[in-house]
Amino acid sequence: MNGLFSLVPLIVFIPFAGVLINVFFGRALMPTRDSKGPGVIASIMAGTSFLIAVLMFLALLGHPEGVDVPFLTWINIPTGERTLFVPWTFKVDTLSSVMMLVVTGVGTLIHVYAIGYMHGDIEEQIHARHLSQEEALDFKRRRFSRFFTYMNLFLGSMLILVTGNNFLMMFVGWELVGLCSYLLIGFWFDDPVKGWANSGAGSKAFIVNRVGDFGMLTAIFLIFWTFGTLQFDEVFARAECMVSHPQAECLMLTAPLSIEGEATAEGEAEGEHAIGPLTTPVESLPFRPAFGVVVTVITLFLLLGATGKSAQIPLFVWLPDAMAGPTPVSALIHAATMVTAGVYMITRSHVLYALAPASGTVVAIIGAATGFVAATIAVGQFDIKRVLAYSTISQLGFMVAAAGLGAYVAAIFHLATHAFFKALLFLGSGSVIHGMEHGHHALAHHGHHDEGAEPFDPQDMRQMGGLWGRMPLTALVYIVGALTLAGIPPLAGFWSKDEILLDASRENPLAYVLLTVAAFFTAFYMGRQVWMVFFGTPRTEAAAHAHESPPLITTPLVILAILSAIGGAMNLPFGRLHFLAEWLHHSVAGAHVPAPGEGFSLQVAGISTGLALIAILLSYLVYGARPLQAGQRDPLAVTGPIFTFLNRKWYWDELYQAIFVAPYNRLAKFFAESIDWSFWHDFVHDSILTQAFNGWAAILSQPVDMGVVDGAVNGIAEMISGTSEGLRKVQTGYVRNYALAVALGVVLILIFLVVRFLP
Amino acid sequence: MPTETNFLVPTSYYIILSAILFALGVLGVLARRNAILIFMSIELMLNAANLAFVAFARSLINLDGQVFVFFVMTVAAAEVAVGLALIVAIFRSKKSIDIDELHSMEG
Repeated sequence: MNGLFSLVPLIVFIPFAGVLINVFFGRALMPTRDSKGPGVIASIMAGTSFLIAVLMFLALLGHPEGVDVPFLTWINIPTGERTLFVPWTFKVDTLSSVMMLVVTGVGTLIHVYAIGYMHGDIEEQIHARHLSQEEALDFKRRRFSRFFTYMNLFLGSMLILVTGNNFLMMFVGWELVGLCSYLLIGFWFDDPVKGWANSGAGSKAFIVNRVGDFGMLTAIFLIFWTFGTLQFDEVFARAECMVSHPQAECLMLTAPLSIEGEATAEGEAEGEHAIGPLTTPVESLPFRPAFGVVVTVITLFLLLGATGKSAQIPLFVWLPDAMAGPTPVSALIHAATMVTAGVYMITRSHVLYALAPASGTVVAIIGAATGFVAATIAVGQFDIKRVLAYSTISQLGFMVAAAGLGAYVAAIFHLATHAFFKALLFLGSGSVIHGMEHGHHALAHHGHHDEGAEPFDPQDMRQMGGLWGRMPLTALVYIVGALTLAGIPPLAGFWSKDEILLDASRENPLAYVLLTVAAFFTAFYMGRQVWMVFFGTPRTEAAAHAHESPPLITTPLVILAILSAIGGAMNLPFGRLHFLAEWLHHSVAGAHVPAPGEGFSLQVAGISTGLALIAILLSYLVYGARPLQAGQRDPLAVTGPIFTFLNRKWYWDELYQAIFVAPYNRLAKFFAESIDWSFWHDFVHDSILTQAFNGWAAILSQPVDMGVVDGAVNGIAEMISGTSEGLRKVQTGYVRNYALAVALGVVLILIFLVVRFLP
Repeated sequence: MPTETNFLVPTSYYIILSAILFALGVLGVLARRNAILIFMSIELMLNAANLAFVAFARSLINLDGQVFVFFVMTVAAAEVAVGLALIVAIFRSKKSIDIDELHSMEG
């Protein structure tokens, strides 16, 4: 089976091949405005990657310890004490295979969906910009192929992230997906109305993520400094060794620990391992006495990186704004895959977190707090995608909290099921939004115009309503997704969320309370959303004329709905059905199969399900029984400042604006105007330098150049001229003078001869 | 025939005579304003030189001196021809042969 493993580099290079094809031939693949060539190419590439991920899964079934497939050596720098050896090696083990399957599987479905969706989205833009026919064709070609270039680029980058076998390769993928996120969020950067907002959202994502990346990099530096290597296996082996042995002894370790926890100091584990050159032992190492402190610091910095990428407190503020991107982007990047990178990273580094229990608690509390805060904010949002964005942040909080509590199986389980149902919800919302826009256009064609007082916003839930009748399939799958997010058994979301709650109840009561309350609000806001969007009567003409989406859009929705419904079978907490736990156990030493009877607690499950049902009932009473009418304000607004507080996102952006952004702008303005412009430019440059130079040049040019140099040259000329004036007078023109001169000359010669030669 | 040996006139007499004639010629060239008189003075100078040539030919019993006189006379004649032609041309334009009036090529 080892031969099959060597196919794994293709999983990254096939999407990149799709990038190249779409970059160079994308426009040529679209002869007409209805062609979908680049989208088909991108989807085929994504599908092929999924096939390779399946092959990896099958290969691992016979070889579950995992394999490192070396590809090339990127950095190899021997310094005096340590060697920086960073290979590009693909780590195929059970954890990365789960990630690969989720990323490529959901990714392929979203690529297919995006073909139909972007076709419509670009037509919307063409209509809004009033382009001519040729302009429209060229525009369509460029944007359509550009979109799928970026999507494939993202897919390849995410796969680099999850298949890297060392922290630096993971960071390469980390940065690349951040770039793709920026490119895709700001895809409509030149939208006539929202162009600046879109590009600003992209910049916000990139900049906030940068803060997280700083944490990540600091952690990487510390890891290399402490352990002398960046490869996962080596770092974790040395870390476990350093707990009980002096550090100098541990730096020779290259092999991973076996599952039972004993260090194998030399020799290799089975399978192909990329063993780098051994580092020379270091006699003295910094931080020697405080190893536990070092590991705690490392893990906290890793957490900072995770809060950036996975949108936790305090760096979650970019994700709601990222909804400015097209809906497939929101589904793929900001729900299913990129934002889970932080959870994956923490799970991968579980050895370090096990050695620093304090960090684990911090992670858990941050995750739980984020889950709670975001769930409450979602209650007060009116934009259909914003609700889902805060829901994503909240669910990521669940995953991060689970990882912090050491419940890695629960975290990965929820990561997978969340990918299914959140992608479903986002894609479903995209279908709703397109339905609304088509309804708006149908109105315009029939000569009507919306009689609503506000401008038309296809994403505002207050302008929807009664879409169950107009878009039944979308409504059905959306409700399936909503129910599973709310955690209603036997759908997938119930099993994964319940496992997290169970572990939280045992490990950290505060986290358990926060997460349970968050689960309550989750069910409430999803119920609110479903009642507002699909039930009641349409509140605007556009909603009344909305129509169902084509099969290219609805088929992925149906597939995802099926996965959301049955996905819980991955890891049922009964008897021998802990498939995921057993699977992950090979890669994640902290992932253990629970003892019989310990995997499920009727009390916890009962509380969470009961709260979810109560929340749904409450949402029905508030939003369902008396459906919202056009122009009516949200019934929760009776709570006054509380609802405003939730609607305004706990004023979190305003807080950052006041603490960070405004002072930074003032500082930048100070530097630009006072220091750079007034002082440096006006004073130093203009006054001192320019005037000194001008003065010096004046001195050199006037008295020196004109006076002395010109004077000397002119003086010589004058002298010659004067001399010649004088000498000219010899030429009198009188012949007799010349004759006299001749005679005198003869006389002189005669005198000379006489004096000289006569004795 | 007288019986005493012929005594030659000493050569130095001829040379002195030639020098005096030459000096007179020079004086004439320098002091005259009439162009023709200047030419006459030049002829005088040339003839003085001729005399000196002949005297030396006689005293050195060498005919080279006398041959040279022929050359000098020929040159003198040619020179006078050209010079007189020039004087006629000048007279035609300036109506005078006073050389003091010919100073237009002055500095």
